Amino acid sequence: MKQNHWLIIAAGALVGLAALVLTASGNPGNMGFCIACFLRDIAGGLGLHSAGKVQYIRPEIIGLVLGAMLMALAGKEFKARAGSAPALRFVLGALVMVGALAFLGCPLRMVIRLGGGDITAISGLVGFVAGILVGVVFLKNGFSLGRAYKVKQAEGFVLPGFMVWLLVLLLAVPAILKFSAEGPGSMHAFWAISLVAGLVVGALAQKSRLCMAGGIRDAFLFRDFHLLSGFLAIFAVILVGNLILNNFNPSAQVQPIAHHDYLWSFLGMMLAGWGSVLLGGCPLRQLILAGEGNGDSAVTVLGMIVGAAVSHNFGMAGNADAMTDGVFVPGGVALAGQIGVGVGLALLLVISVANLRKEGAK
Amino acid sequence: MIDARGLSCPMPVVMVRRELDKNHPSDLEVKVDNRTAVENVSRFAGNNGYQVEVQSADDDEFTLILTKKA
Repeated sequence: MKQNHWLIIAAGALVGLAALVLTASGNPGNMGFCIACFLRDIAGGLGLHSAGKVQYIRPEIIGLVLGAMLMALAGKEFKARAGSAPALRFVLGALVMVGALAFLGCPLRMVIRLGGGDITAISGLVGFVAGILVGVVFLKNGFSLGRAYKVKQAEGFVLPGFMVWLLVLLLAVPAILKFSAEGPGSMHAFWAISLVAGLVVGALAQKSRLCMAGGIRDAFLFRDFHLLSGFLAIFAVILVGNLILNNFNPSAQVQPIAHHDYLWSFLGMMLAGWGSVLLGGCPLRQLILAGEGNGDSAVTVLGMIVGAAVSHNFGMAGNADAMTDGVFVPGGVALAGQIGVGVGLALLLVISVANLRKEGAK
Repeated sequence: MIDARGLSCPMPVVMVRRELDKNHPSDLEVKVDNRTAVENVSRFAGNNGYQVEVQSADDDEFTLILTKKA
């Protein structure tokens, strides 16, 4: 038990370290590792959306899934399972993405932004916690997406196979993919560094069960702080690393790829937190579970990719604050994004109520 | 007996918690089918005054016997 505890702290510390290394190697500021942003970039790289600044096939995501798969295979934990409300999970994955992209980051990037001194991310954290609390209320009252079943092994290799295919495309025929010439999508570490970082983090996250939503959820639901220690380790390493590297910039003004629209950051991350609790884990955890052979999580990841495409195609993603020629140009969440987050929260309420067990607290 | 096979976390722990809160059993048998659930149920039971014995015939199914500590 104690060994497990150190494992999750080590995994969290390593995620923080990987984020620092990746940022130093070329990834965007306060975006060493961001599942939502990187899935969004992959959606763009495949031409599913046409936001020119966020298109790239991120090897970190490929590494995460494959690292988790290899660790699960080595530990005899790779199991093909599916059948727990896949269509609902697809929708939930898409909604989590709409919320995260309104805020401009998944729960992992939220912590990375906080560790870089991005004060605007505090409203995202408060919203994330609020969303998790709402989800916990439904869990306590019998919410469940139902059980999964053992399925043929091939089902478990769908997302890892897709990731291998993406890697082949990236390395062999990059010309058929779309790559940003400017903006966050154009900023990336050398592919091998990204891939290795993903593989290592994926393997450790699989072994340690690291989950950004699970930590806060378990603290409220069971007074169990095990997973939360991984979350805190990420923050601590990012904070100390940024202080050492002189990258800590405590301010609410023009942070890297962030906006100061506090209300919609709160509501966006509330959507992401609530949706993650209903799914049983944050976007990072969904990638890891898909790597372990979980077909439902694979469908969730595909839903997240589609959600990212929809977010950008319909102008729902947040716009970053900018400083242009010395003039502050505020970003924020446009009306389309506000409607998207509002509709998303309403849909979560419907899904949460519709999946309560009839016997309630029994 | 709680059958939490096919359920991913936190559902198995939620089910165990519900049973412990409601009936305070002196012992409880829990069936799960993944190691994450084994770890999480064991940790929860340990934190709530139960000893846990894990039985498994293969890696596909685990039976946890929870016994209240004296």
